[in-house]
Amino acid sequence: MIRPETLLCPKPAGLYCAPGDFYIDPVRPVDRAVITHGHGDHARAGHGRVAATPATLAIMAVRYGEDFAGSVQPVAYGETWSRDGVEVTLVPAGHVLGSAQVVVRWKGLTMVVSGDYKRRPDPTCAPFEPVLCDVFVTEATFGLPVFRHPPASQEIAKLLASVEQFPERCHLVGAYALGKAQRLIALLRLAGWDRPIPTHGALDRLNELYGEFGVDLGPLVSATSGIRRDFAGEIILAPPSALSTPWERRFPDPVAAFASGWMRVRARARQRGVELPLIVSDHADWDELTATIEELHPGEVWITHGREEALARWCALQGFPGRALALVGYEDEED
Amino acid sequence: MRAFSHLLDRLSYTSSRNAKLVLVRDFLRATPDPDRGWALAALTGALSFSAAKPAAIRRAVEGRMDPVLFGWSYDYVGDLAETVSLVWPARPGANREPELSEVVDALSHAARSEVEGLIEGWLDVLDVDGRWALLKLLTGALRVGLSARLAKQAAADVGGVPVSEVEEIWHALAPPYEDLFAWLEGRAERPTTEAPGRFRPAMLAQAIDEAVDFAKLNPADYAAEWKWDGIRVQAVNERGERRLYSRTGDLISDAFPDVLEALDFEGVIDGELLVLREGEVAPFGELQQRLNRKSADAKLIARFPAGVRAYDVLLDGELDVRHLPFAERRARLERIVGASRSGRIDLSPLQPFADWGELAALRADPPDGDPSRAEGLMLKRWDSIYQAGRPKGPWFKWKRDPHLIDAVLMYAARGHGKRSSFYSDFTFGVWREDETGRRGLTPVGKAYFGFTDEELKQLDAFVREHTTDRFGPVRQVRADLDFGLVLEVAFEGLQRSGRHKSGVAMRFPRINRIRWDKPAREADELASLERMLPPLV
Repeated sequence: MIRPETLLCPKPAGLYCAPGDFYIDPVRPVDRAVITHGHGDHARAGHGRVAATPATLAIMAVRYGEDFAGSVQPVAYGETWSRDGVEVTLVPAGHVLGSAQVVVRWKGLTMVVSGDYKRRPDPTCAPFEPVLCDVFVTEATFGLPVFRHPPASQEIAKLLASVEQFPERCHLVGAYALGKAQRLIALLRLAGWDRPIPTHGALDRLNELYGEFGVDLGPLVSATSGIRRDFAGEIILAPPSALSTPWERRFPDPVAAFASGWMRVRARARQRGVELPLIVSDHADWDELTATIEELHPGEVWITHGREEALARWCALQGFPGRALALVGYEDEED
Repeated sequence: MRAFSHLLDRLSYTSSRNAKLVLVRDFLRATPDPDRGWALAALTGALSFSAAKPAAIRRAVEGRMDPVLFGWSYDYVGDLAETVSLVWPARPGANREPELSEVVDALSHAARSEVEGLIEGWLDVLDVDGRWALLKLLTGALRVGLSARLAKQAAADVGGVPVSEVEEIWHALAPPYEDLFAWLEGRAERPTTEAPGRFRPAMLAQAIDEAVDFAKLNPADYAAEWKWDGIRVQAVNERGERRLYSRTGDLISDAFPDVLEALDFEGVIDGELLVLREGEVAPFGELQQRLNRKSADAKLIARFPAGVRAYDVLLDGELDVRHLPFAERRARLERIVGASRSGRIDLSPLQPFADWGELAALRADPPDGDPSRAEGLMLKRWDSIYQAGRPKGPWFKWKRDPHLIDAVLMYAARGHGKRSSFYSDFTFGVWREDETGRRGLTPVGKAYFGFTDEELKQLDAFVREHTTDRFGPVRQVRADLDFGLVLEVAFEGLQRSGRHKSGVAMRFPRINRIRWDKPAREADELASLERMLPPLV
């Protein structure tokens, strides 16, 4: 069989497929790019031609403007296209709306580039679909055994219990603008929180876009327009960048909450001055990463970014040939 | 155990006193006996285990997982209990989650050889927060930022009673405090306080408002004495039970065996704990060497000999004298102290005065010796009974004016809670010449109060506009000879400090005034601070 490196190999711009002449999630402008999902470190503007799911393309258009690429190629989940004998299919990754794994098949070799993914249910996106493969290319954002996310419903219950316990205060929840914010809203709705949710303006366009793709977020209102209120008993959502800035001064004595997988580690939560850490992540935790590898049982595991050395060590101990690609340019976006 | 671990988790992230009280109060209301009582014991430091040694816990976890992965995890997290709680590879088929009382019960009956097995079994069934709480409890360090006093306040809030009522009976109670909760919930009488050696809640003084109060007070109604610069204690020798309590009822006997031995009277005395040499008061910094310790060895005692300067009596022999007027209690106190042969108890002398003007002059310019190191004066009504709490009128404290220096703002850090969007913790420095004769700023202290909300906004804006560097939540602001913000800093005293580069540490510093008008180069020199230091021992 041919060597996997012939099909995909790491280059400074990202993972490159030579036989098909395209990059996956390149971190600098290239001619042809396949994009796994809309987070800024994976989906950048300025490529010649971009193939991605319709939702990911819409997200990129919202973030960068309609002319973010020379041309676009919308690809539905499960649809296969081929180029110079290389077959490419996008399947759901369960990370955020539109997120996809890239399945690359060539001369009997199957490689799956997962992008960012999670295995837990998420009412705002399609669930991860396992695809058997020769090489599984995984992320490792939470690739240390300390990262074990509790069930998201438990964290939502913690938030609602705090709202009940401190009815005179508002709860200001920091959440990443793409994916996390909408998932939190959807989870709150599932838990029966049906009041209008005040949100920061920076979330508006993505919230609307989720609505256009059929994700019902219920009534949302602007946290900043209209008459000043005391916001007692409200749950307010804002992107992390708005926290601890003069923006939040309009809310008297808020309970500072933050939704992220990093909240699992106390020092990280304290550093941010968080009073109510909510451990909700759109990335696979340690148990999901290792269980996914065990389930797919690939011939090789490549690790793109995150804490690669720990996951590589685990692979070695379990007998999976593992390789840390040390790709640069992907951030710990939940931070 | 689950409710307790959730409580600890919330407390560890909560900085506001009121929010902590709500969390603990609600927990105590919602949790049944005896678990809430054991939790209260843990929170007040009345529960201690030496069941689990960190090394044994580490061995247990490394027996279950790759030690290299554990090592990397520990490096990342930095706290052993937290790391183990996160990575613990639970074995399936475990039992039901234990309640806190079951843990306490099992540990008190278990043989040493059984302890490790018990702990592993519990770690298997608990969730991450539960494991963290268990390990914190077992290794004897909860560190959730809750004082014993605050925990008692929360218990008092359960029943809507003043905290002094809980403090008064506290030392007659034992975990899991079922009798306490029965009383707080109105199901039973208040537990008896007959146990000898218990704490009696202290009477506290109001700060005098010079502009208002003196006009209304008759000097003949009040006795005056110096306000000693140590810590307030209650010294007890009741039916053979000797104890030393802090102002809030925390037992500090173990740290002061020398003082305990000196309690050669029968009764309860209220006074100031001081380092006393030949009857002379040493600066507060020396007493500090003996505070917050679990014990004291002979060397430490010889170097910093402690004693009690007595100023009131609550129990004379077996007679409760708190209902008697101060004048009568004072006469009894003088007799008691006069009879003591220990040499470590003396009397806080009364300071005679004719009118407020004379007293003001004394306060401004105290005589040499002990009074020069006092914090100010105390005024006590001759006819006042000894009343728990802080009643308005019978006792006043009249502190000396603080020391003031002009310092330059150097760094600012963001605050917590309500202040998290403001730069509200300020580090300031004074000028010092280096070996080459260049003047530079050296930090001398940190203050986070003393200003109004409006001034905070102005300070915050100044910090944001003049930032020169950032280190995480801290900003460095421009501060040089030509530009900088001068802060007038008030403080109560100055000590030598090996931990600070400047060699000095301030007590109770706060921002007295913002000197928008003053050029930075005219701020104070380190030398003027050094002149305020007490002489070297």
